[in-house]
Amino acid sequence: MEPLIAIAIWALVSASVWLMLSGTMLRYLFGLILISNAANLVIFTSGRLTEGAPPLIPGSESAPLTVVANALPQALVLTAIVIGFGLFAFALVLIFRAWTELKTLEHDEMRLAEPREDGK
Amino acid sequence: MSWFLALPIAIPFVAAVAAFLARGYRVGRWISIVGALAHLLSAILLISVVSAEGILAGQMGTWPAPFGITLVADNLSAGMVGVTAVIGLAVAIYALADIDERLENLGYHALYNVLIAGVTGAFLTGDLFNLYVWFEVMLIASFGLLVLGGDREQIDGGIKYVALNLVSTVMFLTGVGLLYGQTGTLNMADLALATENVDQGLLTVIAMMFMVAFGVKAAVFPLFFWLPASYHTPAFSVSAVFAGLLTKVGVYSLIRMFTLVFDHDLGFTQPVLLWVAALTMITGVLGAASQTDFRKILSFHIVSQIGYMVLGLALLTPLAVAGAVFYLIHHIIVKANLFLIAGVADRIGGSTCLSKVGGLYASAPLLAALFLVPAFSLAGFPPLSGFWAKYLLVKASLDVGAWVIAGVALVVGLLTIYSMTKIWGAVFWTPHPEGREPSLKQLDPALRRAYLVSIGGLAGLTVLIGLVPQPLLTFSEVAAEQLLDPGAYIDAVLGEVR
Repeated sequence: MEPLIAIAIWALVSASVWLMLSGTMLRYLFGLILISNAANLVIFTSGRLTEGAPPLIPGSESAPLTVVANALPQALVLTAIVIGFGLFAFALVLIFRAWTELKTLEHDEMRLAEPREDGK
Repeated sequence: MSWFLALPIAIPFVAAVAAFLARGYRVGRWISIVGALAHLLSAILLISVVSAEGILAGQMGTWPAPFGITLVADNLSAGMVGVTAVIGLAVAIYALADIDERLENLGYHALYNVLIAGVTGAFLTGDLFNLYVWFEVMLIASFGLLVLGGDREQIDGGIKYVALNLVSTVMFLTGVGLLYGQTGTLNMADLALATENVDQGLLTVIAMMFMVAFGVKAAVFPLFFWLPASYHTPAFSVSAVFAGLLTKVGVYSLIRMFTLVFDHDLGFTQPVLLWVAALTMITGVLGAASQTDFRKILSFHIVSQIGYMVLGLALLTPLAVAGAVFYLIHHIIVKANLFLIAGVADRIGGSTCLSKVGGLYASAPLLAALFLVPAFSLAGFPPLSGFWAKYLLVKASLDVGAWVIAGVALVVGLLTIYSMTKIWGAVFWTPHPEGREPSLKQLDPALRRAYLVSIGGLAGLTVLIGLVPQPLLTFSEVAAEQLLDPGAYIDAVLGEVR
């Protein structure tokens, strides 16, 4: 299972790097969604993958009897997803404002805060 | 005991909620000030406890380490919380004059307090994932503050700030995941022990991911481009608190991780840090020399000064690390103050562009005098605080025979004077291009008082540290001792389980 997930992470990261470097802010944003999900997968896989073993403890016991799924990375990923979603929502609104105020989403044309010396 | 640790984080959050609820009633500013005062008080309490009893650790929710979230305060953390509280109070007072009703109604004070809470949390946490969460708290508040008001320039600068910081966030998160995969723990003290048993080569790769992630936050070469693109666009209070605190959280995290967790391959990591430090100092100061705007010059100087702090970490001798801690504390006070002064110059002189303002020496001599204190301190003139900070780092470089880096540090100091004299010449000495005579007396007395109390207070602190450096020096030396021998830190956190 790990090799498959590793390939999925590779695909997500390479797609997102391409998107992020392609020069428009909207594509950058899509790249950001992909790469943050790749990071989530990394955390998830780091906790080791176990198949069909939910982390449940029988009522009479104080510790799991067999090897069960690691619940900590799931909690971490959940936190990261929530935070990532908040940041994404903010970035989306910011980019929308940039589109209405600056009339462009091209990186190279966003020179308002750092104008060129020659005024172009 | 853990109340001492939790209070400095809880107070700004309470203030943030109160300020948010009261955002339409113009009492937000007073909530900010009362909150900042309480924060300062709790920080002083924390520093006195840490100084008296050594490293203080508290397990939140009484979950034993390494399972729960630990808050830890050693000298470095406590000192950083203290200086955060000082800046928090000074900028809250300054905001009385600087932040208008429109920004207050948009929720400036709530965001400001969340930012302070995030910064404080990042300094106090002893858990790596919790550090990530505090980074995000700080980041989202800073996003809001940066674009608050929504000028076109702010949106433009904000895009670059947001884009590059989010990349660093993802990098940090991936590093956390990989480190957890290798060690099975996220408690920093536990990590320090667990890293001994893992593949050292992989650990170095993970260390580099953290170096890049924190490097973006700290604005080191070649990852600093978001900083000069955005720091000159928001309100002056906002850029002052950003300039003082945000990059220093990155430096703090670098120091924490590379003394506690990633100390396994010093032969590889320290030369990288040393190169980064040298190039950061040089590019920052050269960037500043080419700028013609008050705040843009100061922004590039943040970058250049970050290099000195990284230099202290790179040399990793007791004196160098003490120098880095001293430098951090000195620089936060000085740099925030310079941005505050830029705000007053803009208010009475009409612009921050060097060619559109002038004559302040003749018409506002008090402001000119107050500018000289942090400006000379930044450049390293005795007897101000910056002299001692630079002296410690140059001495530490010479002690280990690092002649080149010592030379770089001195030359960069010289070029800093060049930039400061450029500002001095254009803003203070040459007559105003429109023939105006900008004076502090034009301002409403209440505004003038807010400006002078905050700027004068920080300048007074700079002079005080300069004239009586020994207490802070001793404090920094103890901090360096604790950082270089993490045994006490680990014992404080894991005492019960070890």
